[in-house]
Amino acid sequence: MSPSHAWPSNAAQPAPLDTRVRMETPEGIDLVLRPAGLLSRSLAFAIDLLIRGALLVALFYLLHAFGEFGTGIFVLALFLINWWYMVLFEVLHQGRTPGKQLLGLRVVHDDGTPVGWSASLLRNLLRFVDMLPFGYSVGAFACLQHPFFKRLGDLAAGTLVIYRDAPTARPVLPQVPAIVAPVVLTLEEQRAVLSFAERQDSLSAARAQELAGILIAPLQMPANMPPEQALSQLNGIARGLAGSA
Amino acid sequence: MKQRQFEQRHDDEWQRFAERLVVLERSRGKNDAGTGFAEDYRRICQHLALAQERGYSSYLIEPLQQLAMRGHQQLYRHRSQFAAQLLSFVLADFPRLVRTEWRLVALACLLFFGSLIVMGLLVYAYPDLIYSVVSPAQVGEMESMYDPAARRIGQAAERASSTDWLMFGYYIMHNIGIAFQTFASGLLFGLGSLFFLFFNGLMIGAVAGHLTDVGFGETFWPFVVGHGAFELTAIALAGAAGLKLGWALLAPGSLRRGEALRVAARTSVRLIGGVMLFLLIAAFIEAYWSSMTWPHATTKYLVGAALWALVAAYLIFAGRTAHAPD
Repeated sequence: MSPSHAWPSNAAQPAPLDTRVRMETPEGIDLVLRPAGLLSRSLAFAIDLLIRGALLVALFYLLHAFGEFGTGIFVLALFLINWWYMVLFEVLHQGRTPGKQLLGLRVVHDDGTPVGWSASLLRNLLRFVDMLPFGYSVGAFACLQHPFFKRLGDLAAGTLVIYRDAPTARPVLPQVPAIVAPVVLTLEEQRAVLSFAERQDSLSAARAQELAGILIAPLQMPANMPPEQALSQLNGIARGLAGSA
Repeated sequence: MKQRQFEQRHDDEWQRFAERLVVLERSRGKNDAGTGFAEDYRRICQHLALAQERGYSSYLIEPLQQLAMRGHQQLYRHRSQFAAQLLSFVLADFPRLVRTEWRLVALACLLFFGSLIVMGLLVYAYPDLIYSVVSPAQVGEMESMYDPAARRIGQAAERASSTDWLMFGYYIMHNIGIAFQTFASGLLFGLGSLFFLFFNGLMIGAVAGHLTDVGFGETFWPFVVGHGAFELTAIALAGAAGLKLGWALLAPGSLRRGEALRVAARTSVRLIGGVMLFLLIAAFIEAYWSSMTWPHATTKYLVGAALWALVAAYLIFAGRTAHAPD
């Protein structure tokens, strides 16, 4: 997470280290979009391809029984599934085809709004060029050299394939008495201490103590304090920052 | 305000907003979950901004971030009256668009119809030329399709309606595929569109010239003249839309290339909408009218001429009045 909040609102924000895109909305907040890379997008496409293939085979056998009329309907279905499968799903199902749904992806406009008919049609028609000369070579190349992993169709249509964020579980802070930090912490530092307290379950005990030990001097704790106690001190400060339950 | 207090104070509100979002995301129609949505959404945005400003933990900010994102998706839907828009597009916007882009349309028409006519005349004059663009097997296939003798024997009875359906499906698939290819390959700096326009012109011209030359013209021309009006025009327009993409890349003007492409693509996708409409009409005519054998050839030519005139008049005159009917 890039530390946007620590910057005055009128200053240029630093470029984030990761691939997240910040999109400012009219409400004055930043939406954070995470563009999806080549691998997950190819997998989603492969799944869609399999689904379409299975659908067509099933339809073929089903409609074959109706003779020429059935074949006519089948050819229409072939057209629909070939050119419209992606468009219909993307527009009517919140930017997600079944493949994208499985991989947790969705298509949005560049500004984060849901994808519409013209953009979706455009990006899926231009798929033809991305597939050239074989096996999506052009699309893969464009995707790999673009900071937001756009293929040519996305560039022309102004769309973006992003991850849908799964809801996160809220961690519980360790049960220690709250204390006031001995020095004044900047907002940035407060957040670092809070994150440390919330995420220490994902660290081994030794690593957590080691990290807490580093902070003994900057937080002006007694130099001979054992690391376990430094850890609980840090947790206490975090608890103080978060406020009592 | 401490984080915990903030959380306790607003947690119920966040929960309610999340539930409302679930309802909205499931249904596309109107429902009560939409009333007062904007105020609630703005409050979520405010809470998010506050939480970030006060340096609350990322476990608090992230769910708010997600709520705001989902709310944003609901609020800023590009929703439109589809039927009204379609009507005004057909009645005015599409022909206007074609006229605005007349340079590219003229170039595409010149290339497509030019190569078609020249190739047709050449093949008519030098019959062997056909084998340089079409393989002998395909030529044989074409000949058997339009052979007047075979037609009289095989199609004495009218084609069954189920066959019409078969052909309708086939024409849609085939023609729209060609049009889409011609359009999409325009992204390759316009070269793809140029190639497909020229190539398709050559192929169609060669086949037409050859069939006329071997004396099958009496079955071929009445068959193609009707739907050709829509089908050939549509291919030329698809080429023009593709050229627009390519031109934006070659000469982006004062914009950056990516931006110029996006602007051009917005226009050309509307052209493609019109092209699809044309091809749909063409497929109907091809499957249900062109295939009829009972009308006299003269009737077919007359209807064909009327259709060509209709297409030309539509593209030139429709939507000229300032107040288009909407």
